[in-house]
Amino acid sequence: MITVQNLSKKFGEFTAVDGISFDVKDGEIFAFLGPNGAGKSTTIKILTTLLQPTGGDVRINGHDPVHHPSEVRRSFGIVFQDPSLDDDLTALENMELHGVLYDVPDDVRKRRIPELLKLVDLHERKDDLVKEFSGGMRRRLEIARGFLHHPKIIFLDEPTLGLDPQTRNHMWTYLKELNKNEGTTIFFTTHYMEEADRAAERIAVIDHGKIIAIGRSEDLKKQTNTASLEDAFLALTGKTIREEGGGGLDHMRQMRTLWRGGRR
Amino acid sequence: MKKIYILWLRQVKKYIRSKSRMAGSLFQPLLYLIAMGYGLGSVFQRAGQGNYVDFLVPGIVGMNIIFTSMFAGMEVIWDRQFGFLKETLVAPMSRFNIMLGRTIGSATIATGQGLIVMLLSFFVGFRMPNIWMIIPAIIVMILISLLFTSVSTMIGSMLRDMQGFQAVMNFLIMPLFLLSGALYPLNGLPSFLTAVTIVDPLSYGIDAMRGLLIGSSHFGVGLDLVVLTALTVIFLWLGGHFFKKVQI
Ligand SMILES: Nc1ncnc2c1ncn2[C@@H]1O[C@H](COP(=O)(O)OP(=O)(O)OP(=O)(O)O)[C@@H](O)[C@H]1O
Ligand SMILES: [Mg+2]
Repeated sequence: MITVQNLSKKFGEFTAVDGISFDVKDGEIFAFLGPNGAGKSTTIKILTTLLQPTGGDVRINGHDPVHHPSEVRRSFGIVFQDPSLDDDLTALENMELHGVLYDVPDDVRKRRIPELLKLVDLHERKDDLVKEFSGGMRRRLEIARGFLHHPKIIFLDEPTLGLDPQTRNHMWTYLKELNKNEGTTIFFTTHYMEEADRAAERIAVIDHGKIIAIGRSEDLKKQTNTASLEDAFLALTGKTIREEGGGGLDHMRQMRTLWRGGRR
Repeated sequence: MKKIYILWLRQVKKYIRSKSRMAGSLFQPLLYLIAMGYGLGSVFQRAGQGNYVDFLVPGIVGMNIIFTSMFAGMEVIWDRQFGFLKETLVAPMSRFNIMLGRTIGSATIATGQGLIVMLLSFFVGFRMPNIWMIIPAIIVMILISLLFTSVSTMIGSMLRDMQGFQAVMNFLIMPLFLLSGALYPLNGLPSFLTAVTIVDPLSYGIDAMRGLLIGSSHFGVGLDLVVLTALTVIFLWLGGHFFKKVQI
């Protein structure tokens, strides 16, 4: 469903994605993990036609995002990491707009919008302007909007960031149903390791633009000789920092990573 | 079609909701109309050019349209910064149609503003020989609006930050306005100024409105319409071209 070969992306001199390759199978739930600034969102932007790659080859549902963006856009839905709502419209208007833009038929829209707004507990607030919403409420609306059309692939970039446990639960229940009933392929990133452990069939770990491990959660634990995914992740991503020199440099690297993460 | 409509609707709804923007953008043209119209009226009359308010109204309507059109590009940058733009960019719809929906929405607002200014100008003393000519004049307003919202969208697609956009716009809008014959007749100008007014697209828009509203046109309404239509098509295409290239 998703094939990535030797994909790279440079911003000027800086290499954000450095020759990564991986496959995601039809109907798979796939987690893409990595520290801040690792290149996760950049990769997703390339896969979803928002950014042109510097090199490599990508296929989404058999289509190439660079040369056939329209076919690719018909294949996926996405929940972005950064805000993407129109603040000057109401919750309902944001949903309606999305439904029309994504070819959701009228009757399905009428049925699904209230359903989804109830799922994320925003039905009572549907006529309020989004600018009056709290951060978490906006996030919930973005999730509901992302589920309005049912594409072949759903990309979720840190969907649960800032979400309360209730909504997180609802979201995963809904996603798993979609995955089971409609065979939707799910590609997500998260910083919550237990979430990845629970939901994902396979996991890729990316750091400094390179994929450093890929496999089932058990594989990663075995490979690193650790008991939890969190430890495996730290062993994988922590090691690279330590290997390149300690003390001051180590600290500087961390600072840089933090700063980069902040800019996204 | 429905997708273009919903993007148009979004633009119009947002405009109607921001009362301050509406009020703010009507103040300036009225100020111009009253200060210049009454202030220079007697000089204009003595020079044998007739009623200055009547002459000025098409110019001020054109000014208001071009100023309002600026918002189209600002909104592209705005939507990009606040993130909404990417929601439309990944939608299964051609980028040209996204650009078209946005541009028609902004052009509707610009035309509406121009029309309001024209109606308000009746209170300042504006008179036209044939009231029905307002209908073809509206078509000219739509053309001017489409032309300049496309230009604005094109520039907004090329730039990332608001400061840059405003700098470019200041360089563009004021000269376009001041060198268009909005404030003075185009005949009898020094030759260098004539040369400049001929390449200013707004000259043709204002000239066409003058021809239709008060029956005096410099280039001839036919030529005006041809130039306006051709430029509108070209810039719609260019706007679409640059909008297609937008990356997040
Ligand atoms: N438009 C851009 N221009 C320059 N550098 C960029 C741009 N976008 C991303 N980067 C850089 O690319 C690197 C990868 O960023 P990316 O957003 O992909 O990280 P991420 O893995 O999603 O991190 P996070 O967990 O913080 O979301 C970062 O160092 C970032 O600074
Ligand atoms: Mg990210």
